Amino acid sequence: MPDTVQQNGHGEGAYNYAYLDEQTKRMIRRAILKAVAVPGYQVPFGGREMPLPYGWGTGGIQVTAAIIGRDDTLKVIDQGADDTTNAVSIRRFFARVAGVATTTRTEEATIIQTRHRVPETSLKDGQILVFQVPIPEPLRMLEPRETETRTLHALCEYGVMQVSLYESIARHGRIAKTYNYPVLVNGRYIMSPSPIPKFDNPKLDRNPALQLYGAGREKRIYAVPPYTSVKSLDFEDHPFEIERWTECCALCGSTESFLDEMIVDDTGKRRFICSDTDYCQERQDGQRR
Amino acid sequence: MTTPILSAKGVTKRFGGRVACRGVNFDLWPGEVLGIVGESGSGKTTLLNCLAGRLIPDEGHVAYETASAGTVDVHRLPEARRRLLARTEWGFVHQDAREGLRMGASAGANIGERLMAIGARHYGDIRRTASDWLTRVEIGLDRLDDRPAAYSGGMRQRLQIARNLVSNPRLVFMDEPTGGLDVSVQARLLDLLRGLVDSFHLSAVLVTHDLGVARLLTHRLMVMHGGDIVETGLTDQMLDDPQHAYTQMLVASILPV
Amino acid sequence: MYVAVKGGETAIAHALELLADRRRGSRDVPELTLDQIDQQLAQSVDRVMTEGSCYDRQLAALAIKQARGDLIEAIFLLRAYRTTLPRFGHSEPIDTSRMSAERRISSTFKDVPGGQVLGPTFDYTHRLLDFSLMANGERPTAPTAPIDAAQIFPRVGDILEREGMLEPPPPADAGVSTQDITRDPLTLPASRPVRLQALARGDEGFLLALGYSTQRGYGNNHPFVGEIRFGAVPVSFVPEELGFPIEIAEIDVTECDMVNQFAGSHDVPPQFTRGYGLAFGHAERKAMAMALVDRALRAEELSEAVISPAQDEEFVLAHSDNVEASGFVQHLKLPHYVDFQSELVVVRALRAEVEARQQQAALDQAAE
Repeated sequence: MPDTVQQNGHGEGAYNYAYLDEQTKRMIRRAILKAVAVPGYQVPFGGREMPLPYGWGTGGIQVTAAIIGRDDTLKVIDQGADDTTNAVSIRRFFARVAGVATTTRTEEATIIQTRHRVPETSLKDGQILVFQVPIPEPLRMLEPRETETRTLHALCEYGVMQVSLYESIARHGRIAKTYNYPVLVNGRYIMSPSPIPKFDNPKLDRNPALQLYGAGREKRIYAVPPYTSVKSLDFEDHPFEIERWTECCALCGSTESFLDEMIVDDTGKRRFICSDTDYCQERQDGQRR
Repeated sequence: MTTPILSAKGVTKRFGGRVACRGVNFDLWPGEVLGIVGESGSGKTTLLNCLAGRLIPDEGHVAYETASAGTVDVHRLPEARRRLLARTEWGFVHQDAREGLRMGASAGANIGERLMAIGARHYGDIRRTASDWLTRVEIGLDRLDDRPAAYSGGMRQRLQIARNLVSNPRLVFMDEPTGGLDVSVQARLLDLLRGLVDSFHLSAVLVTHDLGVARLLTHRLMVMHGGDIVETGLTDQMLDDPQHAYTQMLVASILPV
Repeated sequence: MYVAVKGGETAIAHALELLADRRRGSRDVPELTLDQIDQQLAQSVDRVMTEGSCYDRQLAALAIKQARGDLIEAIFLLRAYRTTLPRFGHSEPIDTSRMSAERRISSTFKDVPGGQVLGPTFDYTHRLLDFSLMANGERPTAPTAPIDAAQIFPRVGDILEREGMLEPPPPADAGVSTQDITRDPLTLPASRPVRLQALARGDEGFLLALGYSTQRGYGNNHPFVGEIRFGAVPVSFVPEELGFPIEIAEIDVTECDMVNQFAGSHDVPPQFTRGYGLAFGHAERKAMAMALVDRALRAEELSEAVISPAQDEEFVLAHSDNVEASGFVQHLKLPHYVDFQSELVVVRALRAEVEARQQQAALDQAAE
């Protein structure tokens, strides 16, 4: 039964559990089921106006709103951090409209909504990772027409994507694409992993967690079911590689995580620290113990 | 016994009330170059587009003998199969090279695209093949990473040919491939085309309004006038002894080559 | 602080309080009431209702007040509220021929049955600042026509249509419910009803610029204002229990019927074609721009060459919504430092390679 609070009148109580009405949630859940059934395929859905601006995570919020229940524990990150402005804003939104427990710990969360990162801590069976996606179409910058890109996906005509990688090597001597690096899902659909750094791409492959991708403005949902193959595109003689740092994290000493560069004084002196704040904190706590 | 590689039966295409081509029948045999000649507006480009599956005729059908999967009806193929044919066993050379090239990508990528589309994933190999083809169409290797926008008209046309031939097609459609080029540039391109057609044993359908081009490249000619084929025959024979009044007029109007 | 590692939560709370404070402005100035906005900034309310796709003057006024007069922000607020409302059904199509019109003009005929009715319009104002409004904007009530003048005007389009000079409006698909772009995703190519919905919600400035571009040769179709009318129309609804329509409200709308030249085709003799615009409230600029773009988007249907932006359905429909556009443009303010970090890494590596090459070249040169 829908947890309908008072539906009429103007005021705080005028919204349904998790903001969206139950019909809309059902529509979104149907789109999610279809997306799970056809990994990497972009399912059009009747995206709604959300009380957050387009481009600020409305797709992810609608997906989360459609799947979140009272028993869930929600973690929201932006750029890997729980305390960035947009992550705070979205977490507060769900605390307010769904009253769910929130956490910053990756391990405790049942749903993790994210913008631009995949947590460093390995995910487990049963967890759901919800990505906010600005431009779901991986071919968009090569072919602006939706009618054409849908045909290319339908017919599995992906030469143009490989052409763009070829061009990158011809110009730079390497594939210079660093984020939103295209992947082939389950050997069939080319998919945008959302603007995560390519550092995170290997984590998408055969991940035990369910990955849901929501694009609100473009009204598309797609998914990678648990343990599904996700391959980053490359050439045999120019294999896919991830970013490497010569430095380690200044706070926890990690040499394995994605590092943010902080400019600490006017002379341009730099420090590097983990982008994943929870991972970094856990490591620091462990060292203290 | 050989079968024709391409066979048209009663191909008719209308636009609104106007008939662009009417009841066209012919067989194209392996290794043969067939010319379709006529003045502009005679329906020859429409016919070519129907043959290549780029337009759907209102009546008639076009059969193609595939390399290994028997004969197929070009317009009944699922779109995926037709597009696959078009980028593997077929080539299409446009009059305006901009339609046939990816203008924002380098020459190397333009040539390599077909290879990548059918699964080539070794950058070095793709680049080597692209270099070979650039040399074969007489473009300097120092231009491999340039975009076609920086090419002259004649070079673009040669690049377009390389982009098509890299997949070793069996059948090539050409729409006025020398149109809009200077005479000297035309001559060089014609030489090149003739050499390629011979050495790769290509079958081809060539549309041109230029009987000089037709004489140099084609074995057989069809003359189109107002949507109808008015005369068919061996190229040399027809140009020396045209039968139909319209053909006579066409032949009389060209300057001696 | 914009994005510290800790403390974002408090910073946001403070930012919200400051915004609320700035919205109120100086406490020495009396607070705006919703009625004042509704009555005295009526055309702002009209625009917010139109592009917010929700006819409710009070809510639109509230949105304008809350948005500090930023109309796109107000449209966003109203839409985000509208989307949560339960849906009981749809009204019957409104019939604008039954409009009690306060304004009705045609530029295709000098006179039309019912006459040209100017109504309240900026058209004939001299754009001189009226300094008397600085002190006191009170005005005596305007004289109005005698009551029997509030008549029903025949539509100019209907007259031309009877002669066969103007294409008839597309037949209403009886029983076929039109796709609703606020519930179903927009798919392309789109039908005309879907396009019109998108245009009605579309940004006035964007449509104005596109409509203008058609007049300057980017997809020209020789438009004439067949008719513009503004006034109140009844809204009917068929409750399931009753099975017949009952009038539930009256709303103000502006309608523009644009008449355009058309050369004819093989099957159709030359005749005039239509572009259609409709907006809530009094919004002539919007309705006219919409009608121009609607007609331009029919290029393919009418076998015209599609060469200009205003004729390109995918371009127009994908970019006309200002709530989408505003969000996506402004999301660039969100932190992007992870992506930027990745770019830094690769650009540094590329620069190092170039520098190494240059140094090697310099060494080689020195050695020669």
